[in-house]
Amino acid sequence: MAEFRPGDAEQTAFLEQLLDARLLIDSGVPGVYGRGEDFERVRWAFDGKVSEAAAVDEPERLAFPPVLPKRRIEEIGYLKSFPHLAGTIFCFEGDEEQATEQEGKAERHEDWSEYQSQTELCLTPAACYPVYPAIAARGKLAAGGVMVDAGGSYVFRHEPSGDPARLQIFHQREIVRIGEPDTVAEWRDAWRDRSVELLRSVGLDANFDVANDPFFGRTGRLLARSQRAQALKFEILVQIAGPEPTAVASFNYHQDHFTSVYGIEMDAEETTAHTACLGFGLERITLALLHEHGLELDAWPAPVRTELGLG
Amino acid sequence: MKDEIRQVVREHGHLSVDIDSLGDGDDLYQAGMTSHASVNVMIALEDTFDIEFLDSMLKRSVFESVSSISAALSEIGVPA
Repeated sequence: MAEFRPGDAEQTAFLEQLLDARLLIDSGVPGVYGRGEDFERVRWAFDGKVSEAAAVDEPERLAFPPVLPKRRIEEIGYLKSFPHLAGTIFCFEGDEEQATEQEGKAERHEDWSEYQSQTELCLTPAACYPVYPAIAARGKLAAGGVMVDAGGSYVFRHEPSGDPARLQIFHQREIVRIGEPDTVAEWRDAWRDRSVELLRSVGLDANFDVANDPFFGRTGRLLARSQRAQALKFEILVQIAGPEPTAVASFNYHQDHFTSVYGIEMDAEETTAHTACLGFGLERITLALLHEHGLELDAWPAPVRTELGLG
Repeated sequence: MKDEIRQVVREHGHLSVDIDSLGDGDDLYQAGMTSHASVNVMIALEDTFDIEFLDSMLKRSVFESVSSISAALSEIGVPA
């Protein structure tokens, strides 16, 4: 079982304020919260800002459910890189007697996992994962490639924490670029700058930095350092609660990782295609805004309210 | 030792060229080895030589060439 990471004093206090103000609703499980009306207003407002910023590139909009065939997780090597974060869906597959036993144990809050079998589904850990096979199925890409706006899907990471900014289930607003290596690298850099501006426009002190994913174990250290050495991942950081700024958006240049798994190629003499994605953590951005401007939306600075269309 | 390193890279490095066409100092990443493949090379080297790389060695530059791998292995006591 993943170890619970308690929040520090400031994070714990911020979480309590959010719960008291009914911006978040406690579920009894750390990192899993309902969201109050004002919280959702802010989340949707920022989501709208991303749509506006993306519209100039005329992306194709696709939407996927927050569950993913487990085959996808297997083929992209997720269990090698992040076995500790993956969530798998199990369901009951037994007879009536076993159903009765299961119910008895469940009623007494005992362990009923022995009656559960793994299904063909996992919880989606990153909103861009369903995009690559969907594009691959169309065949070779025309010059310039594609840009897909995968919307704001729920994603799951098993990392229970007392920090309200570290949720187990949250919305990732993800945009994916697939095309020639140069096209993709330029796109990522342009969006990194555009995203910093976007966050600053709503009053957040946003800055970007080179980052790495939380790869698992010793082999993960090699992957993480390699990712940093090649500057394949950037994050935009904003102060929420706690000692250090929190990443609220990330930009990942996967090079040919996904295109080689799914056989995505350019329809050209040089067939190499690369991918990159950017993801906004919508709950983290909402939390950053609440932390920066206060828990009462009506009291936010007028320019910020106008920028977000909050009236 | 270098022959054994080359055999590991051949099996796990997913190079786009034959390792025999590369010199000991040539860049394996340039030759097509991805970061994920370098992890497989690392694990296979630990199995082959029955060693464990030091934490400080778990970085991209150590797995960059046959020579750099060989230098790291020597450092942790693998005879040349």
